[in-house]
Amino acid sequence: MLILTCPCCGVTADETELAGGGEAHVRRAGPGASESEVEDYLFMRENPRGPHFERWRHAYGCGKWFLAARDTATLEVFGTYPAQTTEPPEHIRAAITERHPGWRWRDFS
Amino acid sequence: MSTRRYSAFALAREALRDHLGWQRAWAKASPKPRYDVIIVGAGGHGLATAYYLGKNFGIRNVAVLEKGWLGGGNTGRNTTIIRSNYLQDPSAAIYEKSRALYETLSQELNYNVMFSPRGVMMLAQTEHEVRGYKRTAHANSIQGVTTEFISPERVKELVPIIELKGPRYPVLGALWQARGGTARHDAVAWGYARACSDMGMDIIQNCEVTGIRSEGGQVTVVETSKGEIGCGKLGLVVAGHSGVLAQKAGFRLPIESLALQALVSEPIKPCMDVVVMANTVHGYMSQSDKGEMVIGGGTDAFNNYTQRGSFHHIEETVRALVETFPMISRLKMLRQWGGIVDMTGDRSPIISKTPVDGIFVNCGWGTGGFKAIPGSGWAMAELMAKGHSPLSAAFGMERFREGRFIDESVAAGVAH
Ligand SMILES: Cc1cc2nc3c(=O)[nH]c(=O)nc-3n(C[C@H](O)[C@H](O)[C@H](O)COP(=O)(O)OP(=O)(O)OC[C@H]3O[C@@H](n4cnc5c(N)ncnc54)[C@H](O)[C@@H]3O)c2cc1C
Ligand SMILES: [Zn+2]
Repeated sequence: MLILTCPCCGVTADETELAGGGEAHVRRAGPGASESEVEDYLFMRENPRGPHFERWRHAYGCGKWFLAARDTATLEVFGTYPAQTTEPPEHIRAAITERHPGWRWRDFS
Repeated sequence: MSTRRYSAFALAREALRDHLGWQRAWAKASPKPRYDVIIVGAGGHGLATAYYLGKNFGIRNVAVLEKGWLGGGNTGRNTTIIRSNYLQDPSAAIYEKSRALYETLSQELNYNVMFSPRGVMMLAQTEHEVRGYKRTAHANSIQGVTTEFISPERVKELVPIIELKGPRYPVLGALWQARGGTARHDAVAWGYARACSDMGMDIIQNCEVTGIRSEGGQVTVVETSKGEIGCGKLGLVVAGHSGVLAQKAGFRLPIESLALQALVSEPIKPCMDVVVMANTVHGYMSQSDKGEMVIGGGTDAFNNYTQRGSFHHIEETVRALVETFPMISRLKMLRQWGGIVDMTGDRSPIISKTPVDGIFVNCGWGTGGFKAIPGSGWAMAELMAKGHSPLSAAFGMERFREGRFIDESVAAGVAH
């Protein structure tokens, strides 16, 4: 059972209290975007075997959205952080790098 | 003299000489420096692709590379439901081709895959489902797929152990495909592997592909845990690991990998001789030849490569099935397991060329690709051999950019 701490209300909740919202930090393609940019935004996903960033909603709690960093190969949770963030914060990256030295993801390296 | 062909006569002969004459089903192989075609993934789809490359197109200088053991992926983990009652025309075409190939697969491969067309029933438990399944039945009759919408009374006749009245969701009818059913999953992989090996192909187990190299946009070499191997064409048929391999080859796929679980009960006397799916409440069940009730439900909510799922999904599935089949409430469960399924946005597969010349992908079968193994292998082989296949044409990966979805997510809430 996956257990995450909601950074909005501080409650440590198990999966049955949460709703998954897919990959985090996906940037919306703006007006004038090309077909392949829209395709990337709507359909293409990182789907990594390793560190991954996700949106979650504390559905049966405070109801707020937040983000989580998890390892899809081990199910380890690196931490959670507010949804009002466009890239993973420093302490999350540090936690991941400690486990996976030399790790980098997209342009956030 | 050794026994190669399986038959009643061979069985009798071997019985009289202590079964000493049987041969290995497929040869142990180590990699050659180069093959015309390399298939990555010895699941059903990879092996079927190799088989039809040899059988339909005479391409036999082929290797199938498998990181674990043959059939140890989703092919050996699924609940073996076979049906072709899909909504969209391209789906009906490839799934029905596949179902039809299953009818004669045991004879074709000289290997008993135990195809059992016992009938598949999809319960309608809401008004929406009633309308949806009637629509599917109409679509199927135009597509030439034999299905019908049946009444609750007929459901009870076919499945005496079912509770029609609910309480949460009464059974209002069902979509019934009389020639749908099940087959033995391991045997499908083993049968294709044996036939491939007979054609001189190499099936190399414990051989993980760790890198893919190309020159001038054309694939040249795969790096593996058993060294580098050259190839003319490369087929990536690795289900849940498709995204990982695509990344090694330098492109992305519209795929997410999730855990899907199943479980079986202790064996009991025969009590249900059809497959029943209850999509509204997320559960389905059939009885194996050994007497175990084979049970499955929906996927987990988050990306996962561990082949382990969350317990509350099993609880949800079992709760739904106990309501539908009250007599199973005191059954003990024997085993539970998970597989990593490759989900696309429109819940349809990808059989496609890729941005790298010579690399083809066959993936995205998600929660429902066992039934598709023969048809998918047939289409993928044609695509790899000729550059085009009528069966796979609609399933190209460019459909997402072009907005030509093959939307099966509405048609099949649980897509097994
Ligand atoms: C619990 C469960 C129930 C299901 N129920 C049904 C059902 O009732 N009906 C139905 O039609 N479908 C069902 N499915 C779906 C079905 O099992 C799959 O769609 C199908 O088996 C996929 O076959 P495949 O050959 O593509 O993949 P797999 O059988 O998973 O084969 C892929 C192979 O690739 C190998 N591989 C991966 N990476 C590498 C690498 N780097 N190098 C070398 N090899 C690699 C893997 O080890 C694996 O053996 C179910 C799935 C699950 C998990
Ligand atoms: Zn909260």
